[in-house]
Amino acid sequence: MDMAKAHADSIETVPLVSTAASSQVLSVQVRKRFADGFELNSEFTIPSGITIVFGASGAGKTTLLDCIAGLTVPDAAQIAIGSQILVDDAQGINLAVRFRRVGYVFQDLALFPHLSVDKNIQYGLAAMDENAKRLRTDAILESFRIPQLRGRKPAEISGGERQRVALARALVTEPCILLLDEPLAALDAPTKSKIIDDLRAWNQAHRIPILYVTHSRDEVFALGERVLVLENGRIIAQGTPHEVMTAPRQETVAQLAGFENIFDATVLAAHPDRGTMTCQIVGSSVELETPLVRSEVGSVLRVGIRAGDILLATVAPAGLSARNVIQGRIVSLAQRDVMVVGKIDCGVEIEVHLTLAARDSLHLQPGREVWLVLKTHSCHLMAN
Amino acid sequence: MKFTYIGSRGNEELNSMDWQAFALTIRLAVLVAAILMVLGLPIAYWLAYSRWRWKFLAEAVVALPIVLPPTVLGFYVLVALGPRSPLGRWWETLTGHTLAFTFEGLVIGSIIYSLPFAVQPFASSFSAIDPRLIAASATLGASRLRTFFRVILPLSVSGVVTGVALSFAHTMGEFGVVLMVGGNIPGVTRTVSIDIYDKVQAFNFTAANLTALLLLMISFAILSVVYALNRRVWVIWRWK
Repeated sequence: MDMAKAHADSIETVPLVSTAASSQVLSVQVRKRFADGFELNSEFTIPSGITIVFGASGAGKTTLLDCIAGLTVPDAAQIAIGSQILVDDAQGINLAVRFRRVGYVFQDLALFPHLSVDKNIQYGLAAMDENAKRLRTDAILESFRIPQLRGRKPAEISGGERQRVALARALVTEPCILLLDEPLAALDAPTKSKIIDDLRAWNQAHRIPILYVTHSRDEVFALGERVLVLENGRIIAQGTPHEVMTAPRQETVAQLAGFENIFDATVLAAHPDRGTMTCQIVGSSVELETPLVRSEVGSVLRVGIRAGDILLATVAPAGLSARNVIQGRIVSLAQRDVMVVGKIDCGVEIEVHLTLAARDSLHLQPGREVWLVLKTHSCHLMAN
Repeated sequence: MKFTYIGSRGNEELNSMDWQAFALTIRLAVLVAAILMVLGLPIAYWLAYSRWRWKFLAEAVVALPIVLPPTVLGFYVLVALGPRSPLGRWWETLTGHTLAFTFEGLVIGSIIYSLPFAVQPFASSFSAIDPRLIAASATLGASRLRTFFRVILPLSVSGVVTGVALSFAHTMGEFGVVLMVGGNIPGVTRTVSIDIYDKVQAFNFTAANLTALLLLMISFAILSVVYALNRRVWVIWRWK
């Protein structure tokens, strides 16, 4: 891996405390109350590797990162990376931002607009001599595949390139911990996945704790070894992406992730061999096949279904792999921007999102009889 | 009302441009602008970034010279520099003469008088800087001083140039403070604006007009530079 090689080169020429940072544990205990009543109150420990911090905007994700970096002063805190204490109220320690060796990639990147790409990257290497700086910069530019950007100003390069420069600027200082605040939010999917590959490779080579803030579910599965779910300043779930995203979750978490349809459902039967369950929506005769979660037969769970995950058919469909076909009648169709929001009465009212073209070619109108088609894994179960 | 002149001169002197006064004015304005840049930057930095709750009081003090009549300001500066004040006495024991009616006294008075014209553009350009850039600088290990010189100052160039140019222009044209503190000593404290007043008093309108026109053109040129810079017609550094 050329990135690892580049890294090794730079260590030989520049003796810095860098390998000491590997396989460190970040432990955080932080409380901060704001004038508007919002309170961040979180406690967690994460090993090296990528940990996703998942939550809606306003959940306190950026505040959490700012407390770790020292940009926000918490009311009470105890933060340490391995044996290095950043903040400890009991001992009266509060390390200044510049001594924390935190790599922070801000949501808006905060590249210095008046400095060229290589000057931006060298900014954190002030203590080194020119030659060492150049070696380091070359290595990191090479490993992020952006050596051609060297002399350009941030305003003269593309969004994806700026993202790489911001990452490179944070990583070139060999931080003890990396904080990424929705670093890929503004990028298109192909650029995103390339940068994610670079980040994964870097993570393999360095193994420091990386906190990666996002509200995108896709990024949770693409990157995360662990997920912390943050809501209203508190951590309400943590574990592997699979555990957190498939276990019965807090309803609010699901709502964050954008479920238009949320119903109570009684567990009728579990099929552990098939990894599914049969549930009945309370107050109707609608039965759903859902993924299996830990629960008792007869217990009531919540099920969340995204309106965009539901197919709509005007004749009874056959020969489908999807396990749920529900008969109903159109109650209303409302156009919202370039999308049609349909309300379907199936004993309970279910919201469906359609394109304008689908509405027109199927001649859909209120009163029409339709069938809703829904995959098992489009039914998301949550704790009630 | 007629002023009591400390200096005196003949009519032939009043008929032409007083280049001595002009040179003195330029020297005063350059000195004051230079000192204000050095003095104004830390004051502006503090005003822009301090979270002290009584900061508004300091802001009001800095802005006072804008609204005070120059004679009021000049009067207090004169008293403060005079032989009966501690500062005046200290200066007298140091140099053997008082600050009042000297060029040094004029410099001090002008610095106070032009302070807001330097500090306010500095401070407003400092506070316009994205705080995330300053945060980024800190996470990259930079001290406050390094952040100031590597990030804040380069991104405030137009504000700093504006402040320096305004304090220069403002000092060029001041009258009340100069008259109160400096009097009218040729080659020592007689500035262009005093010279103009002299000429008008002597009904020498042609010479007054000549001098006034020169001052007008200089002020116009300086302000044009300031406004052009702030419109970024000629961008020094390109960014978004």
